[in-house]
Amino acid sequence: MAHAKVTRFNAASLALGFAFLYLPIVILVIYSFNASRLVTVWGGWSLVWYREFFNDSAMIEAAWMSLRVGAASATIATLLGTLAAVALSRGEGFKGRTLFSGMLYAPLVMPEVITGLSLLLLFVATNAERGFWTVTIAHTTLTMCFAAVVVQSRLGSLDRSLEEAAMDLGCDPVRAFLMVTLPLIIPAIVAGWMLAFTLSLDDLVIASFTTGPGSATLPIRIYSEVRLGVKPEINAICTMVIGLIAVVIVVASLVSKLTSAQGESAAPL
Amino acid sequence: MSARRIFARPARFAAIAPYVWMVLFFLVPFAFVLKISLSQTAIAQPPYTPVFDVTAGWAAIKQAFGALSIDNFRLLVSDDLYVLSYLRSLVVALVSTSILLLIGYPIAYGMARLPKRWQPIAMMLVIVPFWTSFLIRIYAWINILQHDGLLNQILLALHLVSQPVVWLSTDSAMYLGIVYSYLPFMMLPLYATLVKMEPSLEEAAADLGASPLHVFWLVTFPLSLPGVGAGVLLCFIPIVGEFVIPDLLAGSNSLMIGQTLWLEFFTNKDWPVASATAIVLLVLLIAPLLLYDRLQRRQLEQR
Repeated sequence: MAHAKVTRFNAASLALGFAFLYLPIVILVIYSFNASRLVTVWGGWSLVWYREFFNDSAMIEAAWMSLRVGAASATIATLLGTLAAVALSRGEGFKGRTLFSGMLYAPLVMPEVITGLSLLLLFVATNAERGFWTVTIAHTTLTMCFAAVVVQSRLGSLDRSLEEAAMDLGCDPVRAFLMVTLPLIIPAIVAGWMLAFTLSLDDLVIASFTTGPGSATLPIRIYSEVRLGVKPEINAICTMVIGLIAVVIVVASLVSKLTSAQGESAAPL
Repeated sequence: MSARRIFARPARFAAIAPYVWMVLFFLVPFAFVLKISLSQTAIAQPPYTPVFDVTAGWAAIKQAFGALSIDNFRLLVSDDLYVLSYLRSLVVALVSTSILLLIGYPIAYGMARLPKRWQPIAMMLVIVPFWTSFLIRIYAWINILQHDGLLNQILLALHLVSQPVVWLSTDSAMYLGIVYSYLPFMMLPLYATLVKMEPSLEEAAADLGASPLHVFWLVTFPLSLPGVGAGVLLCFIPIVGEFVIPDLLAGSNSLMIGQTLWLEFFTNKDWPVASATAIVLLVLLIAPLLLYDRLQRRQLEQR
């Protein structure tokens, strides 16, 4: 039967596709536990490269910087992104709506070199001291649209008669939003924050443009090490970042599973 | 509905803060790029003279648009480094987007035809690498592709090659890295349209005597075109400006435009030329960007 053949083809493409996506990461994780200094020779299991990382103060400092920038920019981006999503999905038409949504979605696809360069020129022209805050502002600008998209798609799938019922029963719009709408979109807001956080943790190009001397983020440090070749310590750092992101994803999906009443997927993106 | 209209008014006020932010940190910076692309290079800090002089300075002429300026641009850049890297960026983006579509489509199709209860898991499996760092995923490939990396070890052990093959610093390594990194971007919009499609449409076509290939070309593919469009744009636009992947995986003899911009900015400290490069890149991408914006808005409004 033709049907069975198609299914076999589907299964094969799925298996190959997922193997392609995951094998390199699995190999990286395994090699991070390699005792040998030579990356290619297996010397048994060991945590030596993790110890190396925790003794590398420059690396630790960069990691700390990345975590702070990630948390700060994700918080501002989620706040602004949620406001933008509310305006776009509930504000009907308003002046400059087209420009607004255009500006909001452009960073989704805008090449990072352009965003980075333009922000740096702004910071130089305004004599802003480059460091933590300039990177945070840049990352907020980049990740706000991701948070807005996640929240907006949740708002779009909500039943609007709930808000309207609250208002018919005497709530003013702000109260109706805070009491009815907000609790329903919390999972999307959490997912938006986590997406913004991981994107900030990940970004090399924009951070390179907007940071100042002495305040490198983790990707900047990793990049300068990687350019010199493969080092087992980098394997260990990458594994820890992957672990952190995995925890973030599990938490995000648990939150959305626990709180989404309809049982539909509030999948990030 | 009146309640809806009363709700809309304060909702509009919610736009103010993000609006101001985006104007300040997205729109205004472009004005600075434009201005600096029109000024002259100087050995100073910051490295440009803030003179707005269109008659002098080749960066200024180079920036001027229209058919004439492209001639000047070619004339003034003694080596055609810039033209070549723009062309290379477009070719690389075109080739890798095609490969992505060819690889991503069957996987997305397979996902959409999985039993319903498995689909969220498959979806999760696609999204997780999307969340994992770009840089780390490229680094993972360096581990595998390097001179004494896993790939060469396996090939040598299987006696498929007699000596290690050079994988790193080649175009194939770059294409591999790009396809690997952007695959989720291609798959997610494809999956989203394919999963909404009625399988009974395909079955009906098959019942009426169409071969599987015909069913695909006449029914499945045309119906999935919105997803194809979104996936293609979502990959093509950022790949044109890609920096990290070609920098780490490709050889250094021919550069993509993102690398040229980076080089002008960080190594040559020529900010006006870097700005002009950015503006030409933006102009090249305007058409696909507007197209993407329209698709994105239509999709969000349909929900």
